[in-house]
Amino acid sequence: MGKIIMTKDLTFVYEAESNDSSKKIVLNSLNIDIDEGKFVAIIGHNGSGKSTLAKHFNALLVPTEGDVYINGMNTKDTSHLWDIRQTAGMVFQNPDNQLVATIVEEDVAFGPENLGIDPKEIRERVDFALNAVDMYKYREFAPHMLSGGQKQRIAIAGVIAMRPQCIILDEPTAMLDPKGRKEVIKTVQKLNKENGITIILITHFMEEAVLADRVIVMDNGKIALDGTPKDVFKEVKILKDLGLDVPQVTELAYKLKQEGIDIPTEILTVDEMVRFICQYK
Amino acid sequence: MLIMLKNITIGQYIPGNTFIHRLDPRVKIILSIIFIISLFIITKFSGYIFILLFLLLSVFVSKIPLSYIFKGLKPILVILILTVGLNVFFTPGGTYLASIGPLKITSNGVRLALFMGLRLIFLIVGTSLLTLTTSPIALTDGIENLLTPFKSIGLPAHELAMMMTIALRFIPTLLEETDKIMKAQMARGADFESGNLVKRAKNLIPLLVPLFISAFRRADELAVAMEARCYRGGFNRTKLKQLKVSNRDYIAILFTAILVGIIIWNRFWPW
Ligand SMILES: Nc1ncnc2c1ncn2[C@@H]1O[C@H](COP(=O)(O)OP(=O)(O)OP(=O)(O)O)[C@@H](O)[C@H]1O
Ligand SMILES: [Mg+2]
Repeated sequence: MGKIIMTKDLTFVYEAESNDSSKKIVLNSLNIDIDEGKFVAIIGHNGSGKSTLAKHFNALLVPTEGDVYINGMNTKDTSHLWDIRQTAGMVFQNPDNQLVATIVEEDVAFGPENLGIDPKEIRERVDFALNAVDMYKYREFAPHMLSGGQKQRIAIAGVIAMRPQCIILDEPTAMLDPKGRKEVIKTVQKLNKENGITIILITHFMEEAVLADRVIVMDNGKIALDGTPKDVFKEVKILKDLGLDVPQVTELAYKLKQEGIDIPTEILTVDEMVRFICQYK
Repeated sequence: MLIMLKNITIGQYIPGNTFIHRLDPRVKIILSIIFIISLFIITKFSGYIFILLFLLLSVFVSKIPLSYIFKGLKPILVILILTVGLNVFFTPGGTYLASIGPLKITSNGVRLALFMGLRLIFLIVGTSLLTLTTSPIALTDGIENLLTPFKSIGLPAHELAMMMTIALRFIPTLLEETDKIMKAQMARGADFESGNLVKRAKNLIPLLVPLFISAFRRADELAVAMEARCYRGGFNRTKLKQLKVSNRDYIAILFTAILVGIIIWNRFWPW
């Protein structure tokens, strides 16, 4: 299986224009490899560098030191800029501030139009993308008539229409209500399973991170934990020290264990908890 | 003030699927310009008969309710009255008809006032017919397309169209936000409705400052999102929807050509 994203000693410092002494290392020698087709969640407290990292995957930022490779292309090589942005699409937090056009289908077409694709093929791609996020019947709506979750799905469709191998979502559910969150996560899971698109989901919701194949925990520009959700979330103490939550049931299991009850700490979902309790003697 | 914000509609497009709605926006824009020019060629009242027929036919075909057409005239009522008034009283010559105080009304004055008033009305009806039957998006597309040949002399056709599209896209968003901020500030005791003009303007500051800050933030995020979606200006860009001139458009062009022909011919009529 190929590596869709590779970072080699990725270090990044925002150029502080005013006083150079306050330069803060936002990303500190990161080495991350991401396999094609995986669903990876990135968590970490505010300011830990998640968004900065995400922008490196799309060549919106380039490393101060080290390298980032997307499908083998170095993001510093400007001749690959558009290939990289097409390979690794990005969805942002605020659904209102990433839709460009006044009609849903024209917004989805925005990316392919920028790539100079033939109008006939754009039509096919737009229809495909809208169906993939289950928004085809809204194709002639104005974006401001849609709910937050629907707008976010349109943003995802806009990325899919560029035929990416990888989609990076930076807190796509942060501004949504529970229903919208569910819609978006379901869409993302479907794209990962059915279309084999690599997903990188940055989130503050542990219930979402649990769904991933792999969870990366960031802290101050470094990787604090990295592994399957089970491996990561059993480190309740480390996560708490980093100021992060664990899924509620995991926390419950952790507390039960401290009380001397023989319970595995890898319980991540309510279902697993129910199953355990029913079998407990 | 709150009510006022809600009444602002973007453009005045009335969706439909009629012959006029489905004309190519480029053709519609050009024909509208030709219509306006022909209005200014007319020198006699008899010319207006054909303009009126042309407009009535267009309104009939487009199925736009007459009430909308009259609504479009409302905002220019003041200008209309002013035009008519000035022409009535200040046109010299002709036979004396009556006087109001020191102001004399002459036959030439009445004639010219009527002539100018009608021209203004036809002008507004004609152009609002364009905006009533063409969506802002189609208008933007049409304008971009028409301006493209002028790119070589440095006219940023694509950029202008992009600006228009983004403005159209964000007007509802910003209106909603204005409403939200207003309510939030009113809940804290802000008063947007009383006081004299200066005081009212001052009271708008707590509304405008957050609105501007948020608008700049939005612009910043949108720019990043556009860049992430491979936006690089108009260079090498294609379009989902291609504009196409069809038979329908040729018919419209023919009708307009006939109108212009008659109007030029009308100049040589004795009456
Ligand atoms: N444009 C910028 N200029 C300077 N510093 C920045 C800029 N953007 C972010 N930073 C700083 O970089 C650090 C990491 O920011 P980043 O946005 O990557 O964090 P994050 O993990 O995405 O946080 P959040 O969970 O709040 O989204 C923060 O300390 C932040 O203050
Ligand atoms: Mg962030």
